Amino acid sequence: MSEQIKVKMRGENVCVHYGEKQALFDVNLDIGTNQVTSLIGPSGCGKSTFLRCLNRMNDTIDICRVTGDLTLDGQNIYDRAIDVVELRARVGMVFQKPNPFPKSIYENVAYGPRIHGLTRDKTEMDEVVENSLKRAGIWEEVKDRLDQPGTGLSGGQQQRLCIARAIATKPEVLLMDEPCSALDPIATAIIEELIDELRENFTIAIVTHSMQQAARVSQKTAFFHLGKLIEEGDTEEIFTNPQNKKTQDYITGRIG
Amino acid sequence: MSDASMTTQHALQGQAAERRRRARHAADTRLRLYGIGAITLAIGLLGILIFTIILGGHTAFTQTHVRVQFPLTAESYNAEEPARSNWRGVIDDAMAEIFPDAVEGGNLRTRTQILTNNTQFFVRDAVLAGDYEVGDTVTLEVPASDPYDQLNKGVIKRDTPEENRRLDNDEVAAFDSLVENGQVSRPFNWGLFFNADSRFPEIAGLSGAIVGSFYALMVCFLISFPVGIMAATYLEEFAPKNRLTDLIEVNINNLAAVPSIVFGLLGLAVFLQIFGLPRSAPLVGGMVLSLMTLPTIIIATRAALKAVPPSIREAALGVGASKHQVITHHVLPLALPGILTGTIIGLAQALGETAPLLLIGMNAFITSPPGGIFDASTALPTQIYIWADSPERGFVARTSAGILVLLGFLITMNAIAIFLRQRLERRW
Amino acid sequence: MAGYLILTIIAFSLIAFWIGRSAGNKFVADAQGTTVHSLPGYHGAFVAVWVGLPALVLLLLWLVFQDNVIDSLLLSSLPQSEIAGLTPAQLNLVMTEIKTVASGTIFGEPAPHIMQGAETLTRWRGIAGWAMVATSVCLMLLMLFFTRSRLSARFRARNQFEAVISGLMIFCSVAAILTTIGIIVSLLYESYAFFQLVPPHEFFFGLNWEPQIAIREDQVAGAGAFGAVPVFYGTLVIATLAMAVATPIGLFTAIYLAEYASERFRNIVKPILEILAGVPTVVYGFFAVLTVAPAIREAGTLMGLATSPNSALAAGGVMGIMIIPFISSLSDDAIRAVPRSMSDGSLAMGATRAETITRVLLPAALPGIMGGILLALSRAIGETMIVVMAAGLIATMTINPLDSVTTVTVQIVTLLIGDTAFDSPKTLAAFALGLVLFFVTLCLNVVALRIVQKYREQYE
Repeated sequence: MSEQIKVKMRGENVCVHYGEKQALFDVNLDIGTNQVTSLIGPSGCGKSTFLRCLNRMNDTIDICRVTGDLTLDGQNIYDRAIDVVELRARVGMVFQKPNPFPKSIYENVAYGPRIHGLTRDKTEMDEVVENSLKRAGIWEEVKDRLDQPGTGLSGGQQQRLCIARAIATKPEVLLMDEPCSALDPIATAIIEELIDELRENFTIAIVTHSMQQAARVSQKTAFFHLGKLIEEGDTEEIFTNPQNKKTQDYITGRIG
Repeated sequence: MSDASMTTQHALQGQAAERRRRARHAADTRLRLYGIGAITLAIGLLGILIFTIILGGHTAFTQTHVRVQFPLTAESYNAEEPARSNWRGVIDDAMAEIFPDAVEGGNLRTRTQILTNNTQFFVRDAVLAGDYEVGDTVTLEVPASDPYDQLNKGVIKRDTPEENRRLDNDEVAAFDSLVENGQVSRPFNWGLFFNADSRFPEIAGLSGAIVGSFYALMVCFLISFPVGIMAATYLEEFAPKNRLTDLIEVNINNLAAVPSIVFGLLGLAVFLQIFGLPRSAPLVGGMVLSLMTLPTIIIATRAALKAVPPSIREAALGVGASKHQVITHHVLPLALPGILTGTIIGLAQALGETAPLLLIGMNAFITSPPGGIFDASTALPTQIYIWADSPERGFVARTSAGILVLLGFLITMNAIAIFLRQRLERRW
Repeated sequence: MAGYLILTIIAFSLIAFWIGRSAGNKFVADAQGTTVHSLPGYHGAFVAVWVGLPALVLLLLWLVFQDNVIDSLLLSSLPQSEIAGLTPAQLNLVMTEIKTVASGTIFGEPAPHIMQGAETLTRWRGIAGWAMVATSVCLMLLMLFFTRSRLSARFRARNQFEAVISGLMIFCSVAAILTTIGIIVSLLYESYAFFQLVPPHEFFFGLNWEPQIAIREDQVAGAGAFGAVPVFYGTLVIATLAMAVATPIGLFTAIYLAEYASERFRNIVKPILEILAGVPTVVYGFFAVLTVAPAIREAGTLMGLATSPNSALAAGGVMGIMIIPFISSLSDDAIRAVPRSMSDGSLAMGATRAETITRVLLPAALPGIMGGILLALSRAIGETMIVVMAAGLIATMTINPLDSVTTVTVQIVTLLIGDTAFDSPKTLAAFALGLVLFFVTLCLNVVALRIVQKYREQYE
């Protein structure tokens, strides 16, 4: 990693168990500030599991156990003193399948600021909603029907709405779990473009099964295989000159 | 550039934000506590219900008996024609022997009331069964009448002021003297299961109700089981998807939610009034209950049929079996455990059902078990209702005991259903 | 008689089966070149079904109508001089007396026409019994010869037999509809008779309910005695109390079980809660009378409140306990039916569990929960034993839960226990109340089931 990039999040010796089964083995990975880091690898390799550790979404699974150190700005996020609610406000997440709440578009975006008390009045909220929708590149499409249910949008629009919802709380880190896997190519292209713009203001970690996507949107890439981090480095480096045999096999399509 | 993240940082840290977050977590804890509270309350109420019934009912499982020697004197006992003896005289003689001073005091009548009102029949039956001469004595364990039974069980308390007590000091002393003589015992109350109903709690039992419930459930089973299976099989395997079958479907779901008393009205108006079937009969009770059980059985059977994988049907059809043969040879046997489970659960519901039976008169006062499905009878839940309405102290305990017996039957039936489900049901 | 006849029918069917099967066996043995279409057993089953089934149907119809036919014949055979000018009720009495005498119980000296009637009745009953046997046996023999004559090697006995079975199955499926029709028709019929005696507007809008007064015929429709508004009102009061107890407990239980509880805890607690729904209602009634009502009364006295011994609170409260599991299990299902991605999305925003539940899950599950609450309400309105045992008999319009009110179901039971003369307005009033009860609960059920159905489809 180049020296001038500040580390936003860092994982050291991260192990995850689901009951008896171990899903991650001693993963060490840094996420650089205002960079897009993509996590790639075949299905079940643990890339999503690692992502979900970063905002402790694994806590919602009863049998899941996480060990090792995960830090945000040098602070251990699994520390007892850390409030998971605050952590998730700072580390937002976008899911594989668009999951807008069955509420209006406006309410979907306003949800985060509202529960965290980030705005003082209606005008301020309107502003936040508008800004978030603009940043997610969907404002023009929905500005006339903010009071209609978010579930009525198309898949790509729904996913951008979910991104708007996630960035409305102004998180420092944005986690994306295969955000385009349920979308068609055009919607995917729009979202990829969006990710590139968002990099200006957010640190982004994205899980993807598409290597082209990783190559297009990310500056750094980490390759996972069978719960282990095999290789990480600058995206160009990984794709043009992988150090590890497995990585080479994967990006040339021999495993996965 | 990062003014955005700065503002968030700002809004999420600092004292106000801290306070806010603490309030949010408190709300979370509150909701969790409400949930635990609600569950505790619900289970606690169930516990209180069962506890009070066990507390009230356990005494009825024993019954105070008094051992009395009945002398057969020439005045009362008719050795020529024993059946025409003066049995009350025999009892008077026996009590006069035990309480000689009562004869002088003129309260022999009160003493005979220590024994149940039906003592004369117990004595008669015992004497007629044996070959007795004048001068013999017959020794019998006779149930004590309700107040003395309650006194012996401590329900009527000796330290209650005399004027508020059902037995005065003299009566208590008389009973105590019997206890001192070792004439009083408290064996298990078999009468609770083997006697029929009676106006006197000490000899009232559930046999009529148990037999009545058994007959009613049998009728209910004989009707609802075949009809339910046939209907479910048709709807699940044969019926075309059209408006009629949709209507039947909606109908069955709604029937399952119709108040039970409405079925009682139907039974009264149709089975009793139009068909002229006998009132209070287990036959009519069973017919009404079968109408209520039918939806349960149909729904359970359809679920069981659905669970049989289509591959089995295809395999059988593939070797040239007719659709009927596929179903009778393969599908129904595989679905049988599920069907039986549903049937038993439906019958258990029917066993506890009271309201419709009241309307068709199964709450009559009947002192012998029914001989068949046409005889007037009560059922377990209606017997409980009758006893709950009776003012005598002893019936309170009998009612609770009756409830415990009913719950015992229900638990047994449900246990069988669970056993069937776990042992026989196949997972595909 | 009927019992022996049933045995005869079974025996005949077995014989018919044997005859049919032997015929089938013979076809198989004789088959040369041609193949026999059905197995011998199906030939037997075909004959047996057509012999037994018509006879059984005949027997049932006969049993249903025999008494009515004989009664009307008997009535017309009675000497005109004796029955002229008698009211229906008195005629009924005469008939009852004749039947009592015919069954062998004779009190005192019955009038000669009664004795004669009893003799006629006994004779006719004997004739009817033998006629039933004779007709059935003839029918069975006829069917046996007819069906046997149809058998042949190419006869499709299996298809024919299966068609009969299919018909039976359809008939059984229609039984559910017949039950509903039976309920509606009998309720409508008796209610119609009632509304001939008491005008509907008085029943639906009258404020005075005193049906027991109108027992004597000359008091029929005594002013305002059948105004059912207080009864409906009482039902509403008790149902509201029950819902007030059950809804919060059930809802919080469902929330905890669906969102907070561990799988182990759920597996233990859910069946325990189901027990609450499985306890017979007569048990709850006894609990209300014996434990809850006195407790409420004592508490009321301590606080200096006048409390009725059969307060609405006792009945409503205990009913509330009974319907907790209805609300909790349906709400639990509704909450769990909301896709996990919803709660994940909310939690990932940094919402607490409580915020996720109240702001996302509950609004999404609301239709399902409403359906559950409506079903529970319909239960509460139709529940009988608890109120019969614990609520009052006097119809009063009071909002005070410590006072006593009466309900529709209580009135139906009180009006019908003992007396079943079907011409008194008192009895018929019970059917009018039953009609109202049936339609109200039916509407609630239909609406609730539809909401639940729609809701399920939404997330499938």
